[in-house]
Amino acid sequence: MSSVLADVLVVTALIGALALVHRPLGDYMAAVFQSEKHLRAEKWIYRSVGANPDAEMRWPAYLRGVLVFSAVSVLFLYLLQRIQGKFPLSLGFKPITPDQAFNTAASFVSNTNWQSYSGEVAMSHVTQTMGLAVQNFVSAAVGIAVAVALVRGFARSRTGDLGNFWADLVRCVIRILVPISVVAAVILIACGAVQNFGDIHTITTLTGDKQAISPGAVASQEAIKDVGTNGGGFFNANSAHPFENPNGFTNWLEIFLLLVIPFSLPRTFGRMVGNVKQGYAIVGAMATIWFLGVIAVTWIEYAHPGTASQLAGGAMEGKEQRFGEGNSSLFAVSTTMTSTGSVNSFHDSFSGLSGGVLLLGMMLGEIAPGGVGSGLYGMLIMAIIAVFIAGLMVGRTPEYLGKKIGTREIKLAACYILITPTLMLIGTALAMALGKGESSMTNIGAHGFSEVLYAYTSASNNNGSAFAGFAANTEYHNTMLGLCMVLGRFLPMVFVLALAGSLAEQKPVPPTAGTLRTEKPLFTGLLVGAILIITGLTFFPALALGPLAEGLA
Amino acid sequence: MTTNTQKTDAKKTDVKKQDSMPTPTLAPHQDAPTGHKPDGRVGGGLFDPKQLVKSLPDALRKLDPRVMIKSPVMFVVLVGSVLTTVFSFKDPGDWFGWTVSAWLWLTVIFANLAEAVAEGRGKAQADTLRKAKTDTVARRLRGDGSEEQVPGTDLKIGDLVVCEAGDIIPGDGDVIEGVASVDESAITGESAPVIRESGGDRSAVTGGTKVLSDRIVIKITTKPGETFIDRMINLVEGAARQKTPNEIALNILLASLTIVFLLAVATLPPFADYAGSHLSLVVLVALLVCLIPTTIGALLSAIGIAGMDRLVQRNVLAMSGRAVEAAGDVSTLLLDKTGTITLGNRQAAEFVPVSGTTEAEVADTAQLSSLADETPEGRSIVVLAKEKYGLRERHQGELAHAEWIEFTAQTRMSGVDVDGRKVRKGATASVLAWVREEGGTVADDADTIADRISEAGGTPLLVAVRDDRGARVLGVIHLKDVVKEGMRERFEELRRMGIKTIMITGDNPLTAKAIAEEAGVDDFLAEATPEDKMALIKREQAGGKLVAMTGDGTNDAPALAQADVGVAMNTGTSAAKEAGNMVDLDSNPTKLIEIVEIGKQLLITRGALTTFSIANDVAKYFAIIPALFATVYPGLDKLNIMGLSSPDSAILSAVIFNALIIIALVPLSLKGVQYRPVSADKMLRRNLTIYGLGGLIAPFIGIKIIDLLISLIPGIG
Repeated sequence: MSSVLADVLVVTALIGALALVHRPLGDYMAAVFQSEKHLRAEKWIYRSVGANPDAEMRWPAYLRGVLVFSAVSVLFLYLLQRIQGKFPLSLGFKPITPDQAFNTAASFVSNTNWQSYSGEVAMSHVTQTMGLAVQNFVSAAVGIAVAVALVRGFARSRTGDLGNFWADLVRCVIRILVPISVVAAVILIACGAVQNFGDIHTITTLTGDKQAISPGAVASQEAIKDVGTNGGGFFNANSAHPFENPNGFTNWLEIFLLLVIPFSLPRTFGRMVGNVKQGYAIVGAMATIWFLGVIAVTWIEYAHPGTASQLAGGAMEGKEQRFGEGNSSLFAVSTTMTSTGSVNSFHDSFSGLSGGVLLLGMMLGEIAPGGVGSGLYGMLIMAIIAVFIAGLMVGRTPEYLGKKIGTREIKLAACYILITPTLMLIGTALAMALGKGESSMTNIGAHGFSEVLYAYTSASNNNGSAFAGFAANTEYHNTMLGLCMVLGRFLPMVFVLALAGSLAEQKPVPPTAGTLRTEKPLFTGLLVGAILIITGLTFFPALALGPLAEGLA
Repeated sequence: MTTNTQKTDAKKTDVKKQDSMPTPTLAPHQDAPTGHKPDGRVGGGLFDPKQLVKSLPDALRKLDPRVMIKSPVMFVVLVGSVLTTVFSFKDPGDWFGWTVSAWLWLTVIFANLAEAVAEGRGKAQADTLRKAKTDTVARRLRGDGSEEQVPGTDLKIGDLVVCEAGDIIPGDGDVIEGVASVDESAITGESAPVIRESGGDRSAVTGGTKVLSDRIVIKITTKPGETFIDRMINLVEGAARQKTPNEIALNILLASLTIVFLLAVATLPPFADYAGSHLSLVVLVALLVCLIPTTIGALLSAIGIAGMDRLVQRNVLAMSGRAVEAAGDVSTLLLDKTGTITLGNRQAAEFVPVSGTTEAEVADTAQLSSLADETPEGRSIVVLAKEKYGLRERHQGELAHAEWIEFTAQTRMSGVDVDGRKVRKGATASVLAWVREEGGTVADDADTIADRISEAGGTPLLVAVRDDRGARVLGVIHLKDVVKEGMRERFEELRRMGIKTIMITGDNPLTAKAIAEEAGVDDFLAEATPEDKMALIKREQAGGKLVAMTGDGTNDAPALAQADVGVAMNTGTSAAKEAGNMVDLDSNPTKLIEIVEIGKQLLITRGALTTFSIANDVAKYFAIIPALFATVYPGLDKLNIMGLSSPDSAILSAVIFNALIIIALVPLSLKGVQYRPVSADKMLRRNLTIYGLGGLIAPFIGIKIIDLLISLIPGIG
């Protein structure tokens, strides 16, 4: 079988599996968030934190829940890293430095999972399992909860109530993330991923060198790393490491896992607003952009010019031999467009234009399909912007799902779309202006600039993948990237929840033949166009000086 | 019932307070088109390029930063122009800096020009109005009935004034005594005089109009300075133009896009420095101005003003911009049956004989008995007999010794006694009673026929005769409401636009149903009282719908105020005019449909130009980015797909295109984009193709052409 045919089959199988699973999973998630009942384990958790899961919250209360919970999480994770040596199973690792501990805490709580450390030589078993793994679950759940609150804003009328944050958070972890992760972890173990709490093995290699092999609860972390679109690898090499990602099948499975919830949430949205077709329109826009990215990167990688590349059948530098061009490209696009940030190959080594596509995937705001929850709310915000412009063109003041997009709504949506571009452009510009960018580059010229741009893009959009060449572990970058991650995660949530509150208060406008049909393919096309043009235009100059300058040379 | 969210809730205040009254409009002057296009489509206003020159001084006056700040996009361009100009003074030999500065200034001026042209059209109309508002002397009645002469400006609410033939009415008020014919052409542009009389729905008079005959006593209802004519002048001059909600929302979106592009440009120098390319301020400003949505930013306010102006050209006076926007959103239209859906009166449609008589016999008798009936129904019988049965209209004088019985409301019959033969036609009960009184019999099927006509929504009139064969009923005249031509198609269009039509009528449900079916309206409200109307509006609004209606009587006022778009007829009472948020000077209720179309057209124009403006940016990047960076990264020259001649020329071409496109689109923004009543889907597809795809492609062509022209200039290309 030719490698191209194999790649086509892999992608086809992936799309087929997602198409098969997104409906039942989306429906199930809708049922979870609309259910009136509480499981016994959940009741126990509510009692222990003193929350009343049946109390409806208006948006300020919901937001308070999100922020307080996340602030406590950052603090807890920071302290855990600072005193990790005091716990058993510390593997002898020292406390993490303050700037790196802040960076890591910000990173995991914001669902970014940017790693300026190497897991196997820095984080103890306790930090990995009690700190990082826990955040992998709850930070993902926070994202989904906020998305569900926004969906309720569309679904509900004449009320300010958006549901209960604690109930959404706990249910998401217990009923959605844990079960999927358990199943996924078991499959990963069965396929060869490791899972233990052993000590570091020191072995002698064939050439006589000493090598330290780190053990750990890898498979369980791996599962939620993908399911929760976290991306923080147990090992520095992330999914390129054979203990995390042993073979072609696990590679496929990991890609499936990181896409499955983001691609299913639009179905949940459609169910909750009472029109599954609206969900299809959203998922259609997500899938179109993702698929275009997959095609573009795979094609560019195969077509990479140069003697070495052509002998290898494509640009193989930085890619695992067992995955090849297709699986590496598919993983790279999926991880950057889902805000996961795990990698099975090194994006720094992709050819210039591919690097540009991966960057653009993040710059779009992580919405195709985006992180769990954040992808949906990001896409819905873009839908609001698209509706606003297109709605006027059908001769009505704009409305989406029966809710008027008036001054207040557009103000909040506009604030939302301003945040990440501001963070990443100013972050990159400051780093460059202060010389901090150049000093951390491992390449020169346009590619070196791409490394800096990639770092700030990844952090601000909560992706977490790195252009591996960038030396991120400096006090400056740890702090700045940490700020980008926190602000890039929580500021948008403020506006999303405020918007949800505003929408929930409205009375619905019944659809007529004169209403813009947002469930039609035409709207999906319009949405894709609006996203590509508006975000594409914002970042065109920066992209021109990085990946485009390199790729077109 | 809470219906406030979607409602244009400021409308009441708008009417009462000058300062909250948005813009332009005006009054029709004689030469303004009255707007009844034969096909009823909303068309554009006229645009004369000479207006650009005439409006230039106004455009320059608008360069005041305090005025400019209201449009964030254009304010940024203004700041950019100042910066590049200052920069050019530091390096006076740099022709590129000067040229870019000049075109940036032109960009700002073109934007102001667009607004000035739109406003200028209102100004001309205001001047015509002012002529009507000459200072008048009022003849005020004292308590004892004697008159005193006071200036019109001294009148107070409640004063009684006398006007006789030739007098200009000194202020708005109601006639409380007398009848007069009044020339209202100053306001309506309609030269035929109208009758104003005390009591009823024809009592309102407007200051500035002229009494042509008779004497009336008027009770003043408005303070001087706040009269209808004053308000119209304020409206058309845009003295207190306020942005409408959708305009504000769009401005916010444009401002946020401007910030995004400001960021993209402001962060570029450190990136470029690293690449080894040092960007000048002129180039950065040029890039910024090309990227921010200047096209829509420049034309936004002109579009709004022109939308109101299009209403004015149709003799509709909108009291607020909100109302025009709301018109686009209307999903329920309440239409009065009489005058809107049907012609004013019922008309004879057929003659139905009872068994034993012929149709021609009925026609002949009906015609004869109706000669003395001057009511419209009576006339229509004579007309039908002539048109359908070829019966020449006989004149009363032709028949000697005839005794004419005229129609009265009491007898409800008309007829004639001639040569011993008596004929009668009239209401069923009256004619039946007459036949019995004359000792005649009633054919069995007369009742059946009459019932059938009633059930079909018509009105039966019996025709009877008493001759040597005795008194008997000959047949039945079928009177019916005649639906105006083309209404069915109109309602069909409205349905395609997603608008539901509800017919309002005082008729019984049976009649109402028949007419509703014939006219093709979606629903009807029969035996409607003002309370029913109000309840219907509230019900629709509670379901999230926006409701539009017309009305003229005082008892319409609450419903007019409640409706999202309430169009009062100018012939109506002052209460109705106060309550509505639009006044139709032609008093043509059918115009409601045009108003909705104008509202939609206004919104579509905004959306189309926004889309166009954003889509334009793609080409500008392809012009400017390679121009800026191809020297340091030669690969980027591959992005120069237009093959522009030099970096300077590329940047300049983009800036020039950006400025010229504003001027090029002024006529479109004033006329509004073409509007057809089709479904939202079709409309979106069409506008996306024209303004989205067109906006993507047009600048590639435009910039290339400008670049070719520039490259012809010696020493540059």
